[in-house]
Amino acid sequence: MSAPTPEAPTLEVRDLKTHFFTREGVIKAVDGVSFQVAPGEVLGLVGESGSGKSITGFSILGLVDAPGRIAGGQILFQGRDLVPLPESERRKLRGSKIAMIFQDPMMTLNPVLRIDTQMTEAVLAHRDVSKARALEICREALVKVGIASPDERLASYPHQFSGGMRQRVAIATAFLNEPELIIADEPTTALDVTIQGQILHEAQALCRETGTAMIWITHDLAVVAGLADHICVMYAGRMVEQGPIDAVLDRPAHPYTVGLIGSVPSRNRRGGRLFQIPGMTPSLLNLPEGCAFRSRCPRADIACLEEPPVHTATEGRQVRCVHPHDEPLEEMLS
Amino acid sequence: MNAPHPTETAGSPVARRRILEARDVSKRFVKRLDLAGKIARRLGSSIREETVHAVDGVSLSVGEGEVLGLVGESGCGKSTFGRMVAGILPPSEGTLSFDGKPIWNGGRVTARETALAVQMIFQDPFASLDPRMRVQDIVGEAPVVHGMVPRKEIGDYVAEVMLRVGLDPDFRRRYPHQFSGGQRQRIGIARALAVKPRFLVCDEAIAALDVSIQAQVINLFMDLRADLDLTYLFISHDLSVVEHIADRVVIMYLGRVVEIATTEDIFDDPNHPYTQALLSEVPRIELRRRDYQPVKGEIPSPLDPPSGCHFHPRCPHATERCRAERPALREIAPGRLSACHLND
Repeated sequence: MSAPTPEAPTLEVRDLKTHFFTREGVIKAVDGVSFQVAPGEVLGLVGESGSGKSITGFSILGLVDAPGRIAGGQILFQGRDLVPLPESERRKLRGSKIAMIFQDPMMTLNPVLRIDTQMTEAVLAHRDVSKARALEICREALVKVGIASPDERLASYPHQFSGGMRQRVAIATAFLNEPELIIADEPTTALDVTIQGQILHEAQALCRETGTAMIWITHDLAVVAGLADHICVMYAGRMVEQGPIDAVLDRPAHPYTVGLIGSVPSRNRRGGRLFQIPGMTPSLLNLPEGCAFRSRCPRADIACLEEPPVHTATEGRQVRCVHPHDEPLEEMLS
Repeated sequence: MNAPHPTETAGSPVARRRILEARDVSKRFVKRLDLAGKIARRLGSSIREETVHAVDGVSLSVGEGEVLGLVGESGCGKSTFGRMVAGILPPSEGTLSFDGKPIWNGGRVTARETALAVQMIFQDPFASLDPRMRVQDIVGEAPVVHGMVPRKEIGDYVAEVMLRVGLDPDFRRRYPHQFSGGQRQRIGIARALAVKPRFLVCDEAIAALDVSIQAQVINLFMDLRADLDLTYLFISHDLSVVEHIADRVVIMYLGRVVEIATTEDIFDDPNHPYTQALLSEVPRIELRRRDYQPVKGEIPSPLDPPSGCHFHPRCPHATERCRAERPALREIAPGRLSACHLND
């Protein structure tokens, strides 16, 4: 494996806690998550619904609304902690240094404005350039994401685009101000397979080219396998395992990661039974004491009633488990 | 008998009795002109009625006990085809027969036995259950109405069906909103099973579920197949799921079948350029930090499909002939069908 990067990480999240204070109780949507992303690197943030992966992304951008707030931890962006920053400072970062791509491109695009109006606005908000130059920048960005006849497209409205094209426009907009960090929240989930391939290709090429760090949030392990350098697996608001992609996918240590990998159909014999994790994701309102996965875990015992500590191993691998696996994957799944 | 048809031998690994047969089935949706449009046309405007060929001459057969995977991207007509099989949408042309009897007669489903024998499981477990009905009524309504189970015994019957799909019968007086997505999908499966079907049309039945729940539902489908001798038409855009569960695979593109073969043949040696493109795009957990080599172009609008072979604008091997002439679905090897001029 590659040696640890000598460069300082673009983003370092330390023990992030984002809690929602509702009438029914405190929902710990993100509860003690730490990871870092280096320039040009792609981090896959993986989890099922309710694991807190999207809220982690929103927290970094400062987009968590009441009743939610960041209850603890640090978000160090290029060494500077974003958590105590006032909204005016955060605004300057959003869209310029840190950008986001959403699952639904219509969350990025305004349906009643033309593409050129929306895209130049993003440039003019952060850079001191003329309108003509801004339009030129937008045009180049569209060409980069593979949109044919960009001039015509700039003068169109979002409804005139197909889903894949809209997502491309959203990606082009995210890359407009050459951000240091991009947070992509399931950007290909709603797209067809061939279009997903195109989007993955463009995102990958842009990151390599510009040295932008990227956090790719998804539930799809297969997509992450093809794209990411590092992977961080979340369950019920907590990081359960992270490390370099090959290490985690080939020798997963946490029983939840083992189960997730086991339930991917392509890993299994055709027609055979899939490995399945019993039960379902617990409600965040009444999480069990100790390890949140323990009710579904085949290895759980009395030691799991206590909150498991995070073990750190070589190559930046971390596992939050009292009984981690250390045998090869094939043996675990048999 | 009719003239021999290529689908009759298509890729059945064992000579199974054909339970479902589709011949040249088409479905067109026509957008009629409104009053303003009609007036405009009278005045010489070029406005015309728009026709979408959602399904365009599909012929295939499903053997008894088989799982047939139907794969394609959005707008390829896979769901429309599934609905015609399940007796929800009448075809515009062609015949669909189940167990030798036609499913449709004009715009009506011919026989109740056929309608009950073919059941459908929908994609969205949140939209396909009536939120104001209790599970007991959702699952028990149809068998009572059709006189399969006396009303007095329906409680026990529903409990039995719920157990079979892995739901706790104690929950039968609850409403759908009290269940998680995976459990709701099980309710949808229980509702379909309650009328003792022989054939299930699963339309993206696991697409809305979380990864770990997907595995549970796939396993449930396979158990049910073994226990109840069910036949499936498994419609999905997810190739890795289809590869796992299906015996044979049909690939559709813009309303037409482009390839039919056994799962092994399709995945090990795809013939049609579209199938090849589709397979190369599938993310796989074994492939790390790969270089994506995407297929060019968008999926064309079914309102205005390309001439000749629908795939030619995106096909790396397209020739003049592909632009002009529609390729026929022909047998290229025993049990394998492909619609591509390159095989000539």
